Amino acid sequence: MSPLRYDGGMAWFKREKRPFRALPEEDRRVRTEGVFTKCPDCGSIIWNKELAENFLVCPRCGHHFKIGARKRMELLLDDGEFEEFAAGIRSSDPLEFEDRKNYRDRIEASRRSTGLNEAVICAEGSLRGHRVVCAAMEYSFIGGSMGSVVGEKITLAVERSLERKIPLIIVSASGGARMMEGVLSLMQMAKISSALSRLDREGLPYVSLLTDPTTGGVTASFAMLGDLNLAEPKALIGFAGPRVIEQTIRQRLPEGFQRSEFLLEHGMLDAVVQRKDLRAFIGDWLVFMDHAPSR
Amino acid sequence: MTIEKAQKIVSLEDQMEERSRLRLQEQAQQPDEQRAGPSSPGAAWDRVQISRHQDRPYTLDCFDRLFDSFREIHGDRKYADDRAIVGGMASFKGAPVMVLGHQKGRNTKERLERNYGMPKPEGYRKALRLMKLAEKFGRPVLTFIDTPGAYPGLGAEKRGQAEAIAYNLRSMAGLRVPLIATVLGEGGSGGALAVGLADRILMLENSIYSVISPESCSAILWKDQNHVREAAQSLKLTAQDLQRFGIVDEIVAEPPGGAHNDWDQTTSALSRALSRHLEEVSALDPEDRIDSRHEKFRKIGEYASRV
Repeated sequence: MSPLRYDGGMAWFKREKRPFRALPEEDRRVRTEGVFTKCPDCGSIIWNKELAENFLVCPRCGHHFKIGARKRMELLLDDGEFEEFAAGIRSSDPLEFEDRKNYRDRIEASRRSTGLNEAVICAEGSLRGHRVVCAAMEYSFIGGSMGSVVGEKITLAVERSLERKIPLIIVSASGGARMMEGVLSLMQMAKISSALSRLDREGLPYVSLLTDPTTGGVTASFAMLGDLNLAEPKALIGFAGPRVIEQTIRQRLPEGFQRSEFLLEHGMLDAVVQRKDLRAFIGDWLVFMDHAPSR
Repeated sequence: MTIEKAQKIVSLEDQMEERSRLRLQEQAQQPDEQRAGPSSPGAAWDRVQISRHQDRPYTLDCFDRLFDSFREIHGDRKYADDRAIVGGMASFKGAPVMVLGHQKGRNTKERLERNYGMPKPEGYRKALRLMKLAEKFGRPVLTFIDTPGAYPGLGAEKRGQAEAIAYNLRSMAGLRVPLIATVLGEGGSGGALAVGLADRILMLENSIYSVISPESCSAILWKDQNHVREAAQSLKLTAQDLQRFGIVDEIVAEPPGGAHNDWDQTTSALSRALSRHLEEVSALDPEDRIDSRHEKFRKIGEYASRV
């Protein structure tokens, strides 16, 4: 017998013969709702006030929390001010789509929980003194998915940028085209890309900011068509979702696959920018781009 | 993979093919009133199956019948030649045109070679290279769609599947020459649209065009694979549905039972439709054509407006 193996003859530690008793479920949790947030990445407990002051980024590990469309506008635009437009457009459920849940009910639930009419808001505001049109997507509205309304609103944002001859910024956070509006959702990719083709021909600046997560038809259309394609750190960005790829190739995906840094390494992004630096980074680039003698 | 396994797959596939062929034959022989009506729950799913039928004319089969000659060229000049997309110059009723489309395979060997008609970024980049070549020499472009979708693989993601599709969409929107897209079989989401932003969109009668496959839709929304029929119905993916949404400009009639029953009849109907639409869009000058192409897509979408 190996000398290293425990032979059962003598215990090194003595355990008291007291039965283990688990605390009841409700006593095990420390109730800190509204005061603290746990970082999903490093597990740190962060004081909410500290989190808010740090652009909703974990002060310990730099994890970028998902943020809503309104919050995004506030963080990005001067003095947190913006004038929303096209806010009244709502889905009419063109396919009368029904699965286990009714699509209309899904929309209603999202409207109540987000306080928004759809998965994107469009606004005009200023970024470091430059007038801009900005569209920001809301991931918590049916996964930020793009149906007729999102397609229409983003197209209107492109058109406003064309009319006013001011730069366009689109912040993506989306699972892709919205299934419940079928091929109409798919065609929004064509509609927006076609509008962006005009913007490009007119020489107007377009900054695309990809945030966690941006996948499917949104990545495969406007999100990848910026004069600058920027992303926040560690955002999931891709065409196919990771689960679909795993099912196709029948193996686990490598760590960090389809994250911002991976895309940067493979030449698909212009830069990965920390949330706190976004205004300065985009602002400097607007100085460069918001100038076309040919216009 | 061992040879035995490969043989087993081939024989299983053959059995499946035989079964689906028999089923579709039965269907074709049924008198019309017994067949699923356009609004019956199985109708959309039946079309999905016909659109994927083994013996349906694929892109190269159509090239053979539509064009007097076809000179294929390869590669994206950046990375590789994607065999899931074929393209080159062809002579259509005596005039040179650029033609390209998804190509599926009929047996296991071909299917692997064509990657089941699922392009990678290099395929979409090849397609755009060909379109740009056509633009340079003022030749119209005819594209043909028949794909389950863009390939969801590791390398495809790494090389920018999303970027390749997005860039095609924007570039096609500004292409100066006439563009006509025809859905021959499966119009699988972004992978189809990436060669589908055109002045005119034609669909064969039993082809489909969808944001997601009924199988994936069932898996995501119903959490199982047993609701493909409902999913197919809910998604409104038939040529007839798309015509109602104002997306499709013309539905090209197929022979009774489906295009697999008579390739020549299918392609001669398609040939007539193509030449008519080509004549119409060729009559416009490039700027007007680009504007009307934009208007075509600008109108798509249905919503309610409340202030």
